[in-house]
Amino acid sequence: MNTNSLNDINPGEHAIVNTLLSTGSMRRRLLDIGLVENTNVECLGRSPGGDPSAFLIRGAVIAIRSEDCKNVIVTRQ
Amino acid sequence: MGLTNSSIGIKAVDSGLEIKKQLPGDKVIALAGNPNVGKSTVFNGLTGMNQHTGNWPGKTVTNAQGYCSTKNHSYVLVDIPGTYSLMAHSAEEEVARNFICFGEPDVVVVVCDATCLERNLNLVLQTLEISKNVIVCINLMDEAKRKHIKIDLNAISKRLGVPVVGAVARKKNSLSTLMEVVDKVVDGNIKATPLSIQYPKEIEEAIGVLEPVVKNKVGEMLNSRWLSLKLLDQDESLVREINTYLGYDFLNDEELNEAYAHGKSILDSYKIDSDLLKDKIVSSLVRKAEEVCLGAVTFEKEGYNASDRKIDKILTSKVTGYPIMLALLALVFWLTITGANYPSQMLADGLFWVQDRLTEFFQYMNAPNWLHGILVLGVFRVLAWVVSVMLPPMAIFFPLFTLLEDAGYLPRVAYNLDKSFKRCCACGKQALTMCMGFGCNAAGIVGCRIIDSPRERLLAILTNNFVPCNGRFPTLIAILTMFFVGTAGGAYSSIVSALLLTSIIVLGIFVTFAVTKILSKTLLKGVPSSFTLELPPYRKPQIGKVIVRSIFDRTLFVLGRAIVVAAPAGMVIWLMANITVGDTSVLNHCASFLDPLARLMGLDGVILLAFILGFPANEIVVPIIIMAYMSQGSILELDSLVEMKELFVNNGWTWITAICTMLFSLMHWPCSTTLLTIKKETGSWKWTALAAGIPTAVGIMSCIFFATAARIFL
Repeated sequence: MNTNSLNDINPGEHAIVNTLLSTGSMRRRLLDIGLVENTNVECLGRSPGGDPSAFLIRGAVIAIRSEDCKNVIVTRQ
Repeated sequence: MGLTNSSIGIKAVDSGLEIKKQLPGDKVIALAGNPNVGKSTVFNGLTGMNQHTGNWPGKTVTNAQGYCSTKNHSYVLVDIPGTYSLMAHSAEEEVARNFICFGEPDVVVVVCDATCLERNLNLVLQTLEISKNVIVCINLMDEAKRKHIKIDLNAISKRLGVPVVGAVARKKNSLSTLMEVVDKVVDGNIKATPLSIQYPKEIEEAIGVLEPVVKNKVGEMLNSRWLSLKLLDQDESLVREINTYLGYDFLNDEELNEAYAHGKSILDSYKIDSDLLKDKIVSSLVRKAEEVCLGAVTFEKEGYNASDRKIDKILTSKVTGYPIMLALLALVFWLTITGANYPSQMLADGLFWVQDRLTEFFQYMNAPNWLHGILVLGVFRVLAWVVSVMLPPMAIFFPLFTLLEDAGYLPRVAYNLDKSFKRCCACGKQALTMCMGFGCNAAGIVGCRIIDSPRERLLAILTNNFVPCNGRFPTLIAILTMFFVGTAGGAYSSIVSALLLTSIIVLGIFVTFAVTKILSKTLLKGVPSSFTLELPPYRKPQIGKVIVRSIFDRTLFVLGRAIVVAAPAGMVIWLMANITVGDTSVLNHCASFLDPLARLMGLDGVILLAFILGFPANEIVVPIIIMAYMSQGSILELDSLVEMKELFVNNGWTWITAICTMLFSLMHWPCSTTLLTIKKETGSWKWTALAAGIPTAVGIMSCIFFATAARIFL
């Protein structure tokens, strides 16, 4: 079990959210989409340019940019 | 205030909404929900109305209202903007929150998507905190069934403590159960015991101190528990509204301030600062939603959305993502061009036959020549051109595009293009506003509201015009066909037209990127802000509805506007062409005045004048050019592209003129409607002027550059 950011999770892999380092409006937005502690996240893929990546979060597919992903600390499953 | 003292109009605080009741006894239903859950379908299903704002992918951006009635009651339905939360992070959330909180609706119906209920419950739970009479309408039950998701409506209803109704809003009659429940709630036949969210004990302690005082002050007017929480949370936008709503300076109340200070000190003693408090509130909501769904929502098949993932793999992969995007664009154009060909010709034949009859009629009546000129050669002929050139491509393009939108493809375009937008320091959602721009730039500008950062929203607004709207396609298609494909027709030539048109669009997209980048390095400096983009589940588009909706709502709307503008324009042009000053017409005077600049740009004075006169609507540019040339007496009958080309060539058009005209059509000032919309959205003349100036400058420069280069090298 390693501690990583969302950026380290490759398509097809699952992870569990530990903490959010983001602040301000982005923090609120990430919380709103359900990224709270212990949430299971699956990386579904990356966009053709390699960024953003799509994640399955609580039944919804959400695209997040890499600079925001790096602020989501997760444990790879 | 509110329902008590006003029988007809209630003014909801700051939601910019005056509820128009038809009868004093009308009950008010607020329709809330996340974006993309078919809230507008529910609204339209109940009111029988076609909600215009909701029909662009911009969705409901302001409150819309409609009426419906049951045996027991008549209702006013208020469709409030789709949001994920009521914490007022954005303008939409603020409007939604304010209406639920201060609009005093009799019932709040929260529409949810059955295929991702847990996520939707966040909004439900927040609504339960504010309002007593909540009904949860779980829409898209058919999609859930298709994905083998089983939802125990009874269990959910028990856990939430409010009525829960399943629905398939796009099917007729599916909403009758909902209305029965609404009736029961309004009549007090269902006593709801809404679930109350328990927060961590530190927060509960602080609420406990504040709530009795708040309750004392506001009574039953607002939910005191929720209000106490929001006060502790220092929700500034809410605090402002409360003062307006209560009509006195609630927050300067001494007793209240004392209690607030006490509550705050409790939070401080547990080291809960405002960020941590927000986190804990949101986490509690998310956990609660999880709890409510646990066991009540079951996924019968592992990988219930596997087919969506497969489609996503194809539509957004490295290899196929971009090619498919371009291919779809080209396919839409090809279908439009091919399909529009024959109806266009038939309409033109029919309308010009009518023109001949009108002429005969005027002659028979011995009408004066000038009257015949203004009405038939001026007004009618321009109208005929606008209708026959515009209507068929629009009637094909709009439904096709709406199908893509309905199926859920457009957010994938934003996902695919986000990296490029990020390079220009802009937001990926700008791709969505550009897609709306294909339909109508004014709609695209309004749609820019989906972009949260003000700087990025301005970038999107200022560059939206580089996407040619439906008023400009027919011009581009006609010129392409005449000069580059040949007017012979057939499958081959229509494919070539579609590909050429696609390359023009791609050019427009590149210019958008370039201008966006330049703007964000100069006038609108900044770094790309963070954003999240939801990729909603694919849905089978409702083909029949899409066709009806896009034809009635979009095609006829846009065509109507064009006609309103074209009729007087036709008259003006005819007058300009027939009133002479000295020995030439006013039209020729104007055209020759513009001629030097126009020649430099590879155009001629008439073309440039047509663009200027086409300011009210781009649709009339080609008709103006035709009228101007015809008034100079070359050809009098014109009913096919072959003759049109002959007319143009006789007036000195070459392929260079054609390309420059297309370039200028792609890049010049937005039409008057769009500019007015920009003024409204930005609230600033400066940005409006820039929105006109930037594309015009780029267009003039590109034309001059191209024309000069072509003359030198070819």
